[in-house]
Amino acid sequence: MATTQEELLRERADAVLRRLLQGGATDAKVIARAGRDLSVRVRLDEVELVEEAGTFSLAVRAFKGRRAATSSTNDLTPSGLARLVDDALELCDLAQEDPFAGLPDPDDLAKRWEDLELHDAACDGVDAAEAVQRARRAESAARDYDPRINNSEGAAFGRTSGAYYMATSGGFRGGYRGSYASISVSPVASDEGGKNRTASYWSARRALAKLESEEAVGIEAARRTIALLGSKRVPTTTAPVVFDPDAARSLVSAFAGCATGDAVYRRSSFLLDRMGERVASGLVTLVDDPLIPGGPGSRPFDGDGLPARRNVVVENGTLKTWLLDTYGARKLGLRSTGSAGGGVGTGAGLSNFYLAPGTSTHDEILRSTKRGLYVTGMMGFGFNAVTGDFSRGAVGYWIEDGALAFPVAEVTISLNFKELFAAIDAVGNDLDLKGSVASPTIRVAEMTIAGS
Amino acid sequence: MSLPSTGLPRAPFAPGGAFELDPERARKLLDVALAHGGDAADLFAEYTIGASLVLEEGIVKSASRGVSVGVGIRVQRGFAAGYAFTEDLEWEALVHAARTAAQIARGEARGAVAVSERTHPERYRVEVPSIVVPGPAKRDLLLEADRAARAADSRVQRVEASLNESVRELLIATSDGRFVRDVQPMLRFGLRAIVEADGRRQSGSSGGGGRSGMEYFAQPGKGAGDHAREAVRVAVAMLDAREAPAGEMEVVLGPGDAGILLHEAVGHGLEADFNRKGVSNYSGRIGKPVASELCTVVDRGDIDHGRGSINVDDEGNVPGSTTLIEGGTLRGYLHDALSAQHFGLAPTGNGRRESFRSAPMPRMTNTLLLAGPHDPEEILRSVKRGIFARRFGGGQVDIASGDFVFSLSEAYLIEDGKITAPVKDVNLVGNGPDALSKVTMLGTDLEISDGIWTCGKEGQSVPVGVGCPTIKISSMTVGGTAVHGR
Repeated sequence: MATTQEELLRERADAVLRRLLQGGATDAKVIARAGRDLSVRVRLDEVELVEEAGTFSLAVRAFKGRRAATSSTNDLTPSGLARLVDDALELCDLAQEDPFAGLPDPDDLAKRWEDLELHDAACDGVDAAEAVQRARRAESAARDYDPRINNSEGAAFGRTSGAYYMATSGGFRGGYRGSYASISVSPVASDEGGKNRTASYWSARRALAKLESEEAVGIEAARRTIALLGSKRVPTTTAPVVFDPDAARSLVSAFAGCATGDAVYRRSSFLLDRMGERVASGLVTLVDDPLIPGGPGSRPFDGDGLPARRNVVVENGTLKTWLLDTYGARKLGLRSTGSAGGGVGTGAGLSNFYLAPGTSTHDEILRSTKRGLYVTGMMGFGFNAVTGDFSRGAVGYWIEDGALAFPVAEVTISLNFKELFAAIDAVGNDLDLKGSVASPTIRVAEMTIAGS
Repeated sequence: MSLPSTGLPRAPFAPGGAFELDPERARKLLDVALAHGGDAADLFAEYTIGASLVLEEGIVKSASRGVSVGVGIRVQRGFAAGYAFTEDLEWEALVHAARTAAQIARGEARGAVAVSERTHPERYRVEVPSIVVPGPAKRDLLLEADRAARAADSRVQRVEASLNESVRELLIATSDGRFVRDVQPMLRFGLRAIVEADGRRQSGSSGGGGRSGMEYFAQPGKGAGDHAREAVRVAVAMLDAREAPAGEMEVVLGPGDAGILLHEAVGHGLEADFNRKGVSNYSGRIGKPVASELCTVVDRGDIDHGRGSINVDDEGNVPGSTTLIEGGTLRGYLHDALSAQHFGLAPTGNGRRESFRSAPMPRMTNTLLLAGPHDPEEILRSVKRGIFARRFGGGQVDIASGDFVFSLSEAYLIEDGKITAPVKDVNLVGNGPDALSKVTMLGTDLEISDGIWTCGKEGQSVPVGVGCPTIKISSMTVGGTAVHGR
């Protein structure tokens, strides 16, 4: 079956590539993707949703000289494929000359690559009945954990597996398969004043056997939910802020977006003009590594067909490189870092982007914080990439004398990213690469906390 | 309904298409879906053509188009749903999807009743969908916007402008006999300018659109050049932004886009799936006060050419105007077919989905806080020290607790009743019923936002509209960095 699917991808993509070139494209790139997905949701032990489907899509980038355009379709009928080709060719005439447009130098292309353990056949083996059982077990573990858990937003189990293939007129041919399984639980407990409290917990891995157990996921979700009961605001103040890994990853993600070549040539990054400078505390090392075996964001080659490679973006606080695709590198007069995203548009894409773990345990960081805020979740969109200004809603706990004192909600935390990353004074050893952007526990020495 | 003959490609499932789905074939598929029992089944066929043009650095750098086609089939048993979709419209593939969705069912086969074609109101008749307008006219529009932005201020360093358009053709058939078609056009223009001066850098954005053709740009104040000048105005104004205050204070929200306050503070919490499950902080509060008496909140899917408007929802029901809060009292929820059945009510036409790849759920359309009695000038004058928020970046809510945040992209200090200095990007944080109970003044100047907003829920995005008059909230937490009195 799987071989057939990969053959089909190859056949379709190669055929479309030929037609683009016959139709007048001077160069072209074709990407084909196929997937099989299953997801289920249960709530209060009852099945809510069982969703199952297969997908197949084609996307192209065509060039006529220095004019480029893209098109995509999931309509694989002869007329659908004709339209895919005609649209791209016609749109090339609409786009304007861009001196930087074009495929990479063929000498730079990846020729061979290692298996990165991206696909686990066991994922495909999970059928709807087993998926429901897994979700049920996770939700039950949460509901049995504490009698104050009196409702549930449900538990979900999902698995997806797919194949990716890329062909370019520059001579690249390559593909790979991947899988991903995830489980999540969101229990609910009633709090004072008609409020409900819920905290989710999730686990995800490419290999089914490496998921955290359903029971562990359910218990952790329940523990987090119960811990929110009695949440209150704190008075407006400045204090140290500790971010748990789930909260810290959104800081890391926002930083990563400002370290791409696209953000830089668009002058849409607070890191502009700071290459080679100290942009974070010496404890901060940020890495984009596509070569981690089994990593959720791993890939053997980038979206331009260049070999994937590990890039240290920030090393001990110093900004070392932008993440660059071929186009962004040309714009900035630099060389690609093999970081092209996997689609037909231009732009760098993150692989596994993480803040490298430090030596402190999570408990040591807490214990050494006399007074401050421990953030477990953030809300809203308060980040301005151009200026680095950051302000988001936060929930978590107040820390007194190195221990969690009471839960906190309805506050915001704010600090410009230039100061925030410089003020990181503790980095935990608890990095868990369950998503393609990840961070261990971190502490920022002082931030503004706005509350009552 | 039918489209004017504009050269727009029709869906393969439309009359005369290669895979025409007529009421009889739809009924046969629904029969397959219910062959192993189940209470109800529906099918949702969708053909979407999308296109975008992006201008950067003075040239139209990328042009793209995409086609997405498929059929989703759902089988309902109690409150459980089996869902499957296929991108292949061959009969065997459709039957396979129907059987996959039927996995959820247990029991005796039950047939669908004969389905018959239904008509619906027409809220976005467009003579020429923008997607069939020749490309050069749209390219010129982006180039004009670029020139206008650069001419507006010498400090403009970069301009990015984009035009996104789509036409979504739908066919919905249900086992209780409905068979409905709709064609939903969408247009969205956006422009972002970056200005630089004295080593400082700032960006500003403006955009709009709706279920319109290119005639959108002919409206007063909505030309591409108008958006360009507005984006530059915001960027320049915010160049001088100072640290925002932190803590509780009076807040005045300008009319229009501030409706996202409603969307977050009220709208999501009133989506009936959350209330059916009892997980919303508004659950069980119908008939109770949840806002100040000034507040009446409605959800209206019927606004002419509105971004959130729909002739029918994605389950074939027609939305009208649904009153959620009336004079501060909670009156009702937003329903899809399933939640309406649970509450024993008629669906409100709010069952929406991102695409055929997902099952529908209750979603907002255009959510409005209706006008109040106060002169907007008088509202500003009444504030001793606070924040005036004019433009917004987006928001988010925690349904369970009702706590929400939304971010300001253009805001000013109010001192002694006057707007003074611009302040940096900040978030406002509050709790739904608490914030709305503190609405102490409400302007006469109801405005509906221009068509830019997209709402995300459980991974599905749908276009929405918001609207409100000038609003004064007597106390809200402002998430700035400057701690007062320090």
